[in-house]
Amino acid sequence: MSDERVFMKGNHAACEGAYRAGCKGYFGYPITPQNEVTEYMSAHIWEHGGTFIQSESEVAAINMVMGASATGTRAMTSSSSPGISLKQEGLSYIAMMELPMVVMNVVRCGPGLGNIAPHQGDYFQATKGGGHGDYRLITLAPNSVQEMAQFVYDAFNLADKWRNPAMVLTDGTIGQMMEPVDYTTMPWMDPPDKSEWQLDEFQEGRERHVLTSIWLDPADMAVAHEKLIEKYERLKREEVRYTEYLTDDAEVLVVAIGSPSRVTHSAIRILRQEGLKVGLLRPITVWPFPYSAIREYADSKHVKAILVAEMNWGQMVEDVKLSVLGKKPLHFVPKHGGLTFTPEDLTEPIREILKNPESPNTLWHVS
Amino acid sequence: MDVVTIEGNEYKVVAQRPKSLTDKPFTYCPGCNHGTTHKIIAEVIDELGIQHRCIGIASVGCSVFSYEFFDFDFISVPHGRALAVATGAKRMRPNSVLMTYQGDGDLAAIGIAETIHACNRGERVTCIFVNNAIYGMTGGQMAPTTLLGMKTTTSPLGRDAKRIGWPIKMSEMLAPLPGAAYIARVSMHDAKHILKAKAAIKKAFRAQLEDKGFSMVEVLSNCNVNWHVTPQEGVKFVEEHMTKNFPLGVYKDVWEDEKAAKQTDKEKG
Amino acid sequence: MPMIEILDDTCKGCLLCIPACPHELIHNTKAKLNKRGLYPVEYVDPDGKCTGCRLCSIVCPDAAIRVYKEVKKKSA
Repeated sequence: MSDERVFMKGNHAACEGAYRAGCKGYFGYPITPQNEVTEYMSAHIWEHGGTFIQSESEVAAINMVMGASATGTRAMTSSSSPGISLKQEGLSYIAMMELPMVVMNVVRCGPGLGNIAPHQGDYFQATKGGGHGDYRLITLAPNSVQEMAQFVYDAFNLADKWRNPAMVLTDGTIGQMMEPVDYTTMPWMDPPDKSEWQLDEFQEGRERHVLTSIWLDPADMAVAHEKLIEKYERLKREEVRYTEYLTDDAEVLVVAIGSPSRVTHSAIRILRQEGLKVGLLRPITVWPFPYSAIREYADSKHVKAILVAEMNWGQMVEDVKLSVLGKKPLHFVPKHGGLTFTPEDLTEPIREILKNPESPNTLWHVS
Repeated sequence: MDVVTIEGNEYKVVAQRPKSLTDKPFTYCPGCNHGTTHKIIAEVIDELGIQHRCIGIASVGCSVFSYEFFDFDFISVPHGRALAVATGAKRMRPNSVLMTYQGDGDLAAIGIAETIHACNRGERVTCIFVNNAIYGMTGGQMAPTTLLGMKTTTSPLGRDAKRIGWPIKMSEMLAPLPGAAYIARVSMHDAKHILKAKAAIKKAFRAQLEDKGFSMVEVLSNCNVNWHVTPQEGVKFVEEHMTKNFPLGVYKDVWEDEKAAKQTDKEKG
Repeated sequence: MPMIEILDDTCKGCLLCIPACPHELIHNTKAKLNKRGLYPVEYVDPDGKCTGCRLCSIVCPDAAIRVYKEVKKKSA
């Protein structure tokens, strides 16, 4: 496949990003809307010296990734909401053992079977440690087919840099749509050396390697916790990423990720033509979350109000609330059931907010 | 064979702690066959000379700390998922020798799907399945292999087939799957059976080393504390009752099948 | 003569080795407590009956028994 611009599906691009990052193991299970990942991997990972297994369940898949990653190889799994729920226990073990790996969630509607339409109801699960215990996944949120490839590629590198599991969190729209992708920003690479901790054959004299997540003595467990938390604090200081679109003079700052952030671009263009100053801050890492970046806008004179658009009942808006801390009115526009935003869903409330930053019908407050 | 001098005389050491075990004494209850099984596995690994090629997968149960006793790379994994983890590791490192060490709750209850499918895929891993018909670590609850009539903390009136069903026979279930290369059920209740168990465990590892397919050895074991018996009564119960419900023997042997196939070819030819 | 050695601090006093020895050379003397607070068994073989058959060591669940066989001295 050529390295220049290739027109392809988001779910396929994610695989190409993985191949370039040296991913040698994919373990997955069928679930819409991400079947293309499993299918593409089954056809092509072999061409890159990799192995594919369709497991008996998402539970088995995440544990196969655990085994593969423990041997020092780059491995990933992907699924969609219900399947990602099944992987939470495995992710908790993987996080405590500090195993680098990538999991992608192409979010669909929940709770329950929901439907196969796009949604963002898994935000809390992804960013607040979805399984048992106190841990976090480095979580990247692509909103284009280019970013599907790039963020899987980046996720592998971040996972190895920090020896931490990484999640690519997107929604069904981004997974299913087709756009051109430029792979020149993803040079082919071999995974880094992990011989100091990976499980492997070894010569006499090398200390044996043990990966475990159990310490019966609370004092020992506390030390293990502190080591993990110290890493998370460094991650929060060093790896926050976000993009800004027309935010310098914005009076209403929109915060959105995934397909809602694309519709926000259209809404902003419409409003800018009407002379209304609206901008978008789009978190790239939803963990670690760009709290301080949003706080700066909340502190700025030009921003009158902040609006969050999400396809759920309000999850990322809580993180934005933590950023804004009441400094400016915070508004929230939801979408439910798998319905997606139209520009009007955003332009109307924003016009209202510009007239009255405290406009009640979209004001979001913790009651 | 090591040679030592004691009081001026030279002696060969004909039996001692196997090299593939660490120095840490086992934390299992007095007389528990987990210890016997650890020792026998380590002897087999020593004799096959594969200690530094082994990667162990510790499941959840009494043997959750098995990684402290085996002197090679190890990972402790979620309850029931050992064979999935072993699959992932073996696929990435085919030259490593993968061993899972699991109890009956881990393999036959929560992990039965992973067990059946790893076997059905013919994963080149060796599974040591210790069947003591009870959940030991958690204090004596009923397991899928608990015998009929057996009292446990969750079958206080004795296991009743009408309500709870029958003890599950894993070796018989897995043997017909073509992915299985070697499946045997053994016991550790006396020296003779321990030696037979050792031969079976060695053959299981050979099935992996010779790329034949999936191998599992089901080891009948006592659980003195939760059966409320002495170690000697424990091994006696295994001999008299466990072997009745779980007949010992080889349930799949790919070498025998190959020999038989050659035989029929010769006759046909 | 062959002989065995009980590793007192590894033995848990489970007594499985006692019936295994064909010459009944292992006894539950409860002579002393080990570091675990258990009574290790004791090897008592005044007449040197041990043949080094290793049955005790085979059944021991804790690898707590070493078995020694004398190296035949080549006659001078």
